[in-house]
Amino acid sequence: MLQFETWKKAIVLLLVATGMLYAAPNLFSRGDDSGGTAFMPGQAINLGLDLQGGSHLLLQADLSAVVAERMVSVSENLRLTLRAEKIRFRSLKANADSVGFALRSNETDDVANAQIDGILADLGRDFDVVRTGQAFTIRFNEAGLQNLANQTVEQAIEIIRRRLDPDGTKEPVIQRQGKDRILVQLPGVDDPERIKRLIGRTARLTFQLVDMRTTAQEARNSGRVPPGSVLLESAEEGGQEYIVEKRVMVSGELLENASAGFDQNSRPAVNFQLNAEGARRFGRVTGENIGRPFAIVLDGKVVSAPVIQSQIFGSGQITGNFDVAETNELALILRAGALPAPLIILEERSVGPGLGADSIAAGQIAAMVGLALVIIYMVLSYGLFGVFADIALMVNIVLILGALSALQATLTLPGIAGIVLTMGMAVDANVLVFERIREELRGGRRVAQAIEAGYSRALSTIIDSNLTTLFAALFLFVFGSGPIKGFAVTLSLGIATSMFTALMVTRLLIVVWVNAKRPKKLEL
Amino acid sequence: MFRLKLVPSTPSLNFLKYMPVAGLSSLAAVLVSIGLFFIIGLNLGIDFRGGILIEARSETPADIGGVRGDLENLGLGDISIQSFGSDRDVLIRVQKQEGDERAQLQAIEKITNALGGAYDIRRTEFVGPTVGAELAEKGILAVACALFAIMIYIWFRFEWQFSIAAFLALTHDVLTTIGLFALTGFEFNLATLAAILTIAGYSINDTVVVFDRVRENLRKYKSWEQPKILNKSLNETLSRTVMTTVTTAIALIAIILFGGAVLRDFALAMLWGVTIGTYSSIFIAVGLISRFDLKRNDDEDNQIPTPEYER
Repeated sequence: MLQFETWKKAIVLLLVATGMLYAAPNLFSRGDDSGGTAFMPGQAINLGLDLQGGSHLLLQADLSAVVAERMVSVSENLRLTLRAEKIRFRSLKANADSVGFALRSNETDDVANAQIDGILADLGRDFDVVRTGQAFTIRFNEAGLQNLANQTVEQAIEIIRRRLDPDGTKEPVIQRQGKDRILVQLPGVDDPERIKRLIGRTARLTFQLVDMRTTAQEARNSGRVPPGSVLLESAEEGGQEYIVEKRVMVSGELLENASAGFDQNSRPAVNFQLNAEGARRFGRVTGENIGRPFAIVLDGKVVSAPVIQSQIFGSGQITGNFDVAETNELALILRAGALPAPLIILEERSVGPGLGADSIAAGQIAAMVGLALVIIYMVLSYGLFGVFADIALMVNIVLILGALSALQATLTLPGIAGIVLTMGMAVDANVLVFERIREELRGGRRVAQAIEAGYSRALSTIIDSNLTTLFAALFLFVFGSGPIKGFAVTLSLGIATSMFTALMVTRLLIVVWVNAKRPKKLEL
Repeated sequence: MFRLKLVPSTPSLNFLKYMPVAGLSSLAAVLVSIGLFFIIGLNLGIDFRGGILIEARSETPADIGGVRGDLENLGLGDISIQSFGSDRDVLIRVQKQEGDERAQLQAIEKITNALGGAYDIRRTEFVGPTVGAELAEKGILAVACALFAIMIYIWFRFEWQFSIAAFLALTHDVLTTIGLFALTGFEFNLATLAAILTIAGYSINDTVVVFDRVRENLRKYKSWEQPKILNKSLNETLSRTVMTTVTTAIALIAIILFGGAVLRDFALAMLWGVTIGTYSSIFIAVGLISRFDLKRNDDEDNQIPTPEYER
């Protein structure tokens, strides 16, 4: 009589039943959340972007641009403070990653030094100041850069979320990766180019007065731009250039709302409303500058520069050479706010929904055919014991699906290949046991003894061989990305479940059969 | 009752006789592979090299010549266009563009615009040069770490001779697979790398099974000569080796035939790996340990549990 303790039987049956319960939701069609699946725990397997279609983007926040910008504002603030304190200085200049200035030679007394120390201390702990003689250099220190990266990336993630998922319905994955990278995964995308347009633009909107002292043409010819002003290109290719004052009168942070609409000539335009603070400032500027062109600048390019006809307060309109889709996109990103830094797309993997569906279908057919062939081959090779192994194989697949659902792991196309591959490898443990039993039978043992010996002798081999394969899978998981990770997950789960089914499920079946039939001879 | 048996019940092949031949041919294959790797090099996919890959489908059979003409006018440098899976699908590969990441994205836009409404873009992949280099670095690290972890585990569970033999057998599998890719010019991408790691996992699985039997027989037949023990162990495990290789191959062939174009290369690499892995477990791994004088005394830690009725 072969032993298989009742509590072990109970655990095996319980595990198999749990696996089935968790795998069950996958039988129902996706998106059908009504009724059917309500009594089941968990949800259907998470499909990877390569199967359900979608966009995977790896972005990098361009921190050097942010640093440069911050250096400009540090230098401008310093200029104002030093002037206010009546400290005389020269060659104050913002560089890409530092600000430099020097004190006039006569500013050497203790009072001035105490003052300058105070001013520089007010910059905060994010900066290091190096003094050589009368010259000062200010730059970010390690901690300061880290803070800047943290702020920038966190803010960028928020803005990306608002742009890609304004209604909060699409469940995009937007995660920080490393110091300055952001991973975006957006399922079910029809037009990946649109996604890239939505996040590819910083969308910093400013309103600046056009400098009337000279024209863009003259500045180009002479190469001189009046101090305090800057030459900007048009947002349209080959459009008119403008000389605009550097001073920003009103900026995009003061926007309350933006929406797509039409101008009086029925051309697509973006309407915007400013908040109270914005409206006050806008009213003051437009009231004081009637008759002057007011440039609307988006990401450093002039969209248009209408002449101020009358004092305007809360709302206005951005016109330009837009089509309706563009005004919709522009309104959306203006509502979402400006990105704190330009984003560079490092990697993109987009799969259309059609290809995803085809891949699932192909994967299913491959799995079915593979399963059928393995089942037939096992029965041909081992007869009744082959049937036992086949039952265990099917239980194995149910358990893999159940585990994937329970863990809410992501199933990718290589993941399906992993499942098919596990089917081939899952029978290995059974094969090891069966071959051992055959040997023991040839050695003249009786049925029950041969089975017992087969299992106990094969055990250490099975564990050793599976653990080593698990190592390979583990490294795939650690170093792999996206779909490859999915493959590693199904392979590892498959190794675990196949050991369980081979050692427990098949054994249970064999024990029950042997104890019921009491065969004198074993056909194996 | 009928039983399908690809291997006779008690085979008695003299494997050790072939070891010198197998060893020399494998050594030659490894050297040739290394040579091919350096002379021809791998056809690296965009995952490692950076670049753009676009899969598009047309309603009618795709006009590859027409597409090539349209795209070559864009001035994007080297463009490869091939039919993919069916005659309606085309796969477009574009080399890394001069300039930064933005230049690459502009190239994608140009291509999608040039393809126009006649083609439905089914897949776009773009890997920037930064990420490509990182993926390559991570991939090499993954394979190296996996090989060393396996070696250490085998060392821990067996004797050091076994671990060196297993490591060399695995290295043989990895190198010849790389050689095959260099020779055939198949694209070497992230999926190929996954295939190589899986091959390593499969091959070591096979090797461990044989080693386990060798260790057991070394204890069981203390008076036998070592070559006889090795031969016996290989013969005893042969039936299982063939059985498992065939079932895995069946599953892989199902993927190759029905799993779609994306998985085909992956499954082909795996099929090669399963074959070479089975071969190396027998001829390289066991061939190598046959050169050592193996320890035979029982090691308490690794003792196989004796079944109850034998106690």
